[in-house]
Amino acid sequence: MSGDIKISVRNLYKIFGNNPRDALAKVRAGMGKTELQRETGHVLGLNDINVDMPSGKTTVIMGLSGSGKSTLIRHLNRLIEPTAGEVHVNGENILTYGERRLRQLRQKEMSMVFQKFALLPHRTVLENAGTSWQIAGKSKRDYADEARKWLNRVGLEGQGDQYPAQLSGGMQQRVGIARALTSNSDIMLMDEAFSALDPLIRTDMQNLLVELQNELAKTVIFITHDLDEALKLADHLVILKDGLVVQQGEPQNILLNPSDPYIEAFVSDINRARVLRVRSIMEKTADLPGAVAGEIDYDATLESVIAVSKGDTTHNYRVMQSGRQVGVLHMQDLVRALVPLKPGERTAGQQTR
Amino acid sequence: MATYDFLFDTTGLRGWCGEEQGGGLSSMADLMGQAGGPTETSLWDLPFPSLDALHEACSAIPQSRDLTRGLERGFLDIKDSLKVVVDPLTQPLSWALENALWIMQAVPWWIMIPVLLLITWAVGRSGRLVALVAACFGFLAFIDFYDHTMQTLAIIFVCAFICVLLGVPIGIAMSRSDRVQRGLIPVLDMLQTLPPFVYLIPLIFLFSVTEPKLYGIAIILYAIVPVVRLTDLGIRLVDKDVIEAADAFGMSKRQKLFGVQIPLALPNIMAGVNQTIMMSLAMVVIASLVSAPGLGVLVLRGIRSLELGVGLLSGLGIVLLAIILDRVTKAALARINAEQKS
Repeated sequence: MSGDIKISVRNLYKIFGNNPRDALAKVRAGMGKTELQRETGHVLGLNDINVDMPSGKTTVIMGLSGSGKSTLIRHLNRLIEPTAGEVHVNGENILTYGERRLRQLRQKEMSMVFQKFALLPHRTVLENAGTSWQIAGKSKRDYADEARKWLNRVGLEGQGDQYPAQLSGGMQQRVGIARALTSNSDIMLMDEAFSALDPLIRTDMQNLLVELQNELAKTVIFITHDLDEALKLADHLVILKDGLVVQQGEPQNILLNPSDPYIEAFVSDINRARVLRVRSIMEKTADLPGAVAGEIDYDATLESVIAVSKGDTTHNYRVMQSGRQVGVLHMQDLVRALVPLKPGERTAGQQTR
Repeated sequence: MATYDFLFDTTGLRGWCGEEQGGGLSSMADLMGQAGGPTETSLWDLPFPSLDALHEACSAIPQSRDLTRGLERGFLDIKDSLKVVVDPLTQPLSWALENALWIMQAVPWWIMIPVLLLITWAVGRSGRLVALVAACFGFLAFIDFYDHTMQTLAIIFVCAFICVLLGVPIGIAMSRSDRVQRGLIPVLDMLQTLPPFVYLIPLIFLFSVTEPKLYGIAIILYAIVPVVRLTDLGIRLVDKDVIEAADAFGMSKRQKLFGVQIPLALPNIMAGVNQTIMMSLAMVVIASLVSAPGLGVLVLRGIRSLELGVGLLSGLGIVLLAIILDRVTKAALARINAEQKS
């Protein structure tokens, strides 16, 4: 993954309990989560987390409940203080910040979207969207235009004078996103932002986020327990289990090469045709193969290729990226990639790399 | 010989008691005991080792009446220095009460009643409520209770206002620190359960009966509890997610308190204000024992000189006043609730 690193988490530990210092020593000596809880009554929240979150990309942190993902995201703006470790934002260790500087960071450089929306019920939608400006001491006249612009962008035209309780869940979360966008911060933290929504509305919101992301290229940190959602949004995927990073990297890569039985189990239920893209399984070559059935985009999903090929597995396709050939896709590789491999086997794309 | 002699004999404290063992027989009972050999008190008759019982065995231990007398003397001893501190502090209360009483009575009824109705309208925005208040005041004035009603109202307004002024900040302090909460809850419990008459006793010693602050303090102490409790509760009940969002967007503590916590706790705080007003009304009647003017005086007259009619009518007047105050504050509460829910 290229590009600058916006947020970098280094050796982060979080232990909940009365005496986290002593427990930390035990964890560093190799004690596991269940053992620690049984022996000392301390809960291991995060265990030696190292993650780099690229600038302008979406980093998705995925894990089941209790895996520590919500704890992790709250360390990025220090809503939770770590037991040990460092969190660098724009190259500065935010754990050295004083109260005033930290507030500034939260006001200017980060914004957050919450699972339960957490809007201020006594303020109108417009006022909610302008929260960060209000906190900075600006009056409604100053932020009204900006707030209205973002409310319109997320599809809430003319709803500015409503109160949050008058809106449906999906609309409320749109306000939450508008609130984050109106702050004009580079970083957006999204804590299970779509988990409380109906499946259809959730898909809408995911599409909205993808659109916004293409337009604005913010550094988004997205928490979810839903692998489909994670694969849809992620440029960089981090999988957490019991406070440990099990695997991180490009989502396609994780899907094709799960490093761990836990992840294998996770990815086995996925509709791979919809998630995998041509670039992950093509043969990288600039040579023109013999018979070519057509050209496809390197970012196309396998599903769309199957539709194009009408199910014929004998075809080969030229894979194009901005008008240039970057590889060749063999339909046979495609079909093989649709089924998760047994451990030890490698994918077609890997063999040729 | 007294029952608990053995206690001092065996522990060697006899010397501390200040008398020689067996020396100086004084009481008839002792003589009888000596004559009949050592008496064995049966277990059935064993007295509780109270101050009096122990005093019999050892005169160095005070009797229980010395305890109450000591308390009294202690209070009287610190009274003067306490007065130096408390008197100037509470002087504004006297001043506020005197002025409120004066204003409420000096303004003629044909201004006062419309003003009160206007306030009712401003608070409740309901024609029926205004009509109810008008009917109640009309009735009370018609039966010549107007002055007493106004006196009672004046005292309640002043005391409830001061309760809110002090109670809300105390409640906020409680909601912010568990330690403050733990420390204050027993005090609040005590204030709430202490019989109202008990407040009056030390206050009578502290202030002269002619000073309005005497009953002012009693009313405030009694009525401040609900507003404190409900402010604390209201702020603690504010949605944790909303507080977290306020933190995540970088609100300072102050912004959080005034922009989020107090507005969201307002329904609870208003419920506390309602309770506080109702409790002031209850106490203002009792406070007539220590010269608080108003409807309570009429009740007291009914009791003292057995004027049944006066007692019943003034009781009815208090009920009407209670209904008005309750409905008006509840209407305000309902409006706040509606605003937040809408």
